[in-house]
Amino acid sequence: MKQRLKLEGRLAGHPDSRAWFTAWSPAGSLLASCGGDRAVRVWASEGTEWVCKWVLEDGHQRTVRKVAWSPCGNYLASVSFDATTCIWRKQDGGFECITTLEGHENEVKSVAWAPSGNLLATCSRDKSVWVWEVDEEDEYECVSVLNAHTQDVKHVIWHPNGELLVSGSYDNSIKLYKEEDDDWVCFDTLEGHESTVWSIAFDQNGDRLASCSDDKTLKIWKEYKPGNEQGVMCNGSNSCWKCICTLSGYHTRTVYDVSWCPNTGAIATACGDDAIRVFEEDPNSDPHQPTFSLVAHVPKAHAQDVNCVAWNPKQPGLLASCSDDGDIAIWRYEAELATGCST
Amino acid sequence: MAAGTRLENANPLVYQRSKDRPPSAREEDEAETDPIDHREIFDLIRSINDPEHPLSLEELNVVEPVRVHVNDEESTVTVAFTPTIPHCSMATLIGLSIKVKLLRSLPERFKVDVHITPGTHASEQAVNKQLADKERVAAALENTHLLEVVNQCLSGRL
Repeated sequence: MKQRLKLEGRLAGHPDSRAWFTAWSPAGSLLASCGGDRAVRVWASEGTEWVCKWVLEDGHQRTVRKVAWSPCGNYLASVSFDATTCIWRKQDGGFECITTLEGHENEVKSVAWAPSGNLLATCSRDKSVWVWEVDEEDEYECVSVLNAHTQDVKHVIWHPNGELLVSGSYDNSIKLYKEEDDDWVCFDTLEGHESTVWSIAFDQNGDRLASCSDDKTLKIWKEYKPGNEQGVMCNGSNSCWKCICTLSGYHTRTVYDVSWCPNTGAIATACGDDAIRVFEEDPNSDPHQPTFSLVAHVPKAHAQDVNCVAWNPKQPGLLASCSDDGDIAIWRYEAELATGCST
Repeated sequence: MAAGTRLENANPLVYQRSKDRPPSAREEDEAETDPIDHREIFDLIRSINDPEHPLSLEELNVVEPVRVHVNDEESTVTVAFTPTIPHCSMATLIGLSIKVKLLRSLPERFKVDVHITPGTHASEQAVNKQLADKERVAAALENTHLLEVVNQCLSGRL
């Protein structure tokens, strides 16, 4: 296989600790990272180098598990094993923690902003997903506590352009929620994974979901609206999501993260076998039964488990990863050029 | 926890401790690289204290050399442990202690899998899933009380 994933840089992100997660700002110019050292770091590129511009240290008492940027790029949310969520405001010369959200009983595992920027979701080992509303004065109010999962909730994401919320759990399932009569309700449960669902990602339009699991597989789910031509049964006016592809046999340990590139359509995975893999949908594959091929594989991408992969939202093919080895790596993915001239 | 007040398994079978392994001539040779073998892994975990008894995991037959598998080339270590009774509430703690001991002792390249010997515990799958979840293990080890209990198990006897 031709190596299409090239290393652009390696940063000692969270030295002597574990780097858990990275997130690109909406403009793609800043990269936030977090880890077992209880710190959040914000990186920016200067010429060919990536440098740490800010260290946000005094927000959390324990591991910072994930970070998320608000859609406007002016706020950063961080969640921690200390059961809290910190909201940081970006202003001249740095970041200031403007509020700390409390309520979860124990470790907060994930956080995500809705595309409108008015809603924030968090999830925890306490099995719940919380939806928070944000007003103009930067006041946060919990508007819903969702107890649909029976175990630890690992990850939460919003649909890229609608108010649809999705969570993945230690109970092996994925749950979908929407607002109904001023309250949030779970309207669909996706079952199929045989162990913990560690991460989920939407494609560019939000018509499909990718999920990754401790069962070493990657699954692709597709939305079917009521009255669809394919005859997929829906419950009332809700659309339903069906697994249309399972990629097994590629990963040799737990798959911790998945990222679907909004620009190239490529799917990257972070695996406990230290590797990063990139999959692409085969040209002319059936949209209802698609096939994907492994197009890039870096076996020793990191010295230890890879915890996170994140495609840059603006620069096609720019990928960030981070690992238990404490490092952050920046990769450049070269999408296949137009076919027809291959030798 | 009932430890100290009422023991779950008051009269466990006690097994003989194996003798220390004499180093071979090849191992004494500084010029040779020794791969990490299963006996070396066993030596790391045999003296871990049982949380309930003043006995080691080896003396209670919770760990045995035959249930340790290591592949130095592929950097993998797998340890199966056998709780003394199928309803032992200490199983997760014992597994966590074994895992922590190995993570602290081995080079970071190793992938350490610790699980219950198949068919020897009522909650085998639940315990195995918890031990395999590194996020839960990381969070557990940030809990000072639990870390203290684990460290006690790992402190070894004189």
